[in-house]
Amino acid sequence: MDMKEVNAAPFIEVKDLEIIYKTDLETVHAVNGISFTLEKGQTLGIVGETGAGKTTTALSLLKLLPPRTGRVVNGTICVEGQNVMEMDDQTLREMRGGKIAMIFQDPMTALNPVMTVGEQIGEAILLHNADITKAQLQARVEEVLQMVGIPATRYSDYPHQFSGGMKQRVIIAMALSCQPAMIIADEPTTALDVTIQAQVLSMMRDLRDRLGTAMIMITHDLGIVAQTCDNVAVMYAGEIIETGTSVDIFCAEKHHPYTVGLFGSIPNLKVKTRRLSPIVGLMPDPTNLPKGCPFAPRCDKCMEICKTEKPGVYKNGTHQIRCHLYANNAEEVV
Amino acid sequence: MGRYVLKRFLLLIPVLLVASFMIYGLMALAPGDPGTAILGTDATPEEIKAYNHAVGFDRPFLVRYGNFLSDLLRGDLGISYRTKQPVMNEILARMPVTATIACLSVLTAALVGVPLGVLASVKQGGLWDTLPTSMSMVIPAIPGFWLGMLLLYLFAFKLDLVPSFGVEDPLGYLLPVFANSFGSAARLQRYTRSSMVDILQTDYVRTARAKGAKERVVIWKHAMRNGLLPVVTSIGSTLGAMLGGAIVMESLFSLPGLGTLTLTALNMRDAPTVVASALFVSVLFNTILVLTDLATAFLDPRVKARYSK
Repeated sequence: MDMKEVNAAPFIEVKDLEIIYKTDLETVHAVNGISFTLEKGQTLGIVGETGAGKTTTALSLLKLLPPRTGRVVNGTICVEGQNVMEMDDQTLREMRGGKIAMIFQDPMTALNPVMTVGEQIGEAILLHNADITKAQLQARVEEVLQMVGIPATRYSDYPHQFSGGMKQRVIIAMALSCQPAMIIADEPTTALDVTIQAQVLSMMRDLRDRLGTAMIMITHDLGIVAQTCDNVAVMYAGEIIETGTSVDIFCAEKHHPYTVGLFGSIPNLKVKTRRLSPIVGLMPDPTNLPKGCPFAPRCDKCMEICKTEKPGVYKNGTHQIRCHLYANNAEEVV
Repeated sequence: MGRYVLKRFLLLIPVLLVASFMIYGLMALAPGDPGTAILGTDATPEEIKAYNHAVGFDRPFLVRYGNFLSDLLRGDLGISYRTKQPVMNEILARMPVTATIACLSVLTAALVGVPLGVLASVKQGGLWDTLPTSMSMVIPAIPGFWLGMLLLYLFAFKLDLVPSFGVEDPLGYLLPVFANSFGSAARLQRYTRSSMVDILQTDYVRTARAKGAKERVVIWKHAMRNGLLPVVTSIGSTLGAMLGGAIVMESLFSLPGLGTLTLTALNMRDAPTVVASALFVSVLFNTILVLTDLATAFLDPRVKARYSK
């Protein structure tokens, strides 16, 4: 998406980010040169199937990649103009949870089983408000618990005493507890029942609107994107292959064939069909990515050039598509 | 929780009953009779027969076992064939030595093994990991008695720094404790390391980091409270095993403990002492296992919840 005409640096600015996971056996190219920006108060949706590099991108914003394997090999991540990769430990810790909080994918495993939920939320508050009194801390924890719809009486309960949906609420409460400027929600509803999903989502939306929090919503559910996001980035094999406002993604005429495929995989109740049309094939092996467009092997509009050369970016206002189909209008070739 | 504690201890009763039956039964199969053993070879066959009749040795096995149990409940473990003294006195006199060695050994093993294990997991792949971890694979392969012999030769015989037998001098504990804890420390190091390596990769450790917690807090508060749960169980069973299985080490260092008592009794066919000390050890061992379980329940709310039902 285009940088807005502002003097200050955007809240988040990611440029040419490349991340690999390196083990003795192989090197996984998880994120391959993505760039995006996010302004305060905005919500960016990152969409893509499993393994597209969404979570890796999110973790890198907080420098939380698995320490021994994951590493950023190229590009910059700036939060309010400060490069995350060059932050000292102190600044980094103040940012984690304080400025940017994260809601993790799996509520079943994201909470410490031997600490009460009150302790765990309290810890987050205490870390970013060192001078708070015990009574204030208790009151604040109860306040955030109530904010996400958990009775304050459950302060001293342990995670195993909560259902999955309630655990996710605890995690959301923990993320909101320090009133961060931004929340990264990594598939916050994937592990939940559909009915609970709707509850949790609408709760998150309400809280975001009330507190004015910026958000990165990582999901593979286009419905969630339509409901919550201002801007959308579609990721495939570690690249952003299409980006734009929600209107661009949902209403524009031209799309990346992969985005078309994603929409084709959603059941349409208005049209009578017997089968969904999935995207045939699998995402390319991230240890051995194809030379040209990574989507070429699965693309029904694949041309000769797609197999050998990286596509350029086609731009139309806020809408950008990285595909050879629109090559006449391409402004840059990467 | 109170009910659970009671239940766990009540469950000990059938376990110990089975153990006592097996121990008593095995010794009953062994040759020898109390008359011959106590009156000695000078006694006439008639005297021996009369003595055996008086103590009920000529009655059927199950009756004898029943008598043994009822004596046991009154705290009477029988009279040693060898010393002609109540077995109980001898066990109680020998117990402190064995218990001291077992406790000191486990303490040493835990104080060395656990911190090194945690360190190795945190410094995974570094020198503090590869060196202790590879050593802890080699060390358990060294038999304790062999190490004990080398230690005796060097420190007691060559350098004459510590006594070579007995514990009249507290320094006498040094070598047995060292030889005993060496392998256990290595095992605990590996156990702690692998448990902590798993825990450090969990989502909730990442959650703690994402909150902005210091790495020290992440490890001490979030990871260790979880990672050390299985280690506690391991320490408990090590202690139990050391209380009972110190025969080799006690013989090597000539210590007046339970192990040497059992060994001497076996050699002398002193059935009451063998039965009593074996039973005593099994009571100790099982009690420690129950206490370990309770400690785990106390440390882990999930276990506690399962048991409170």
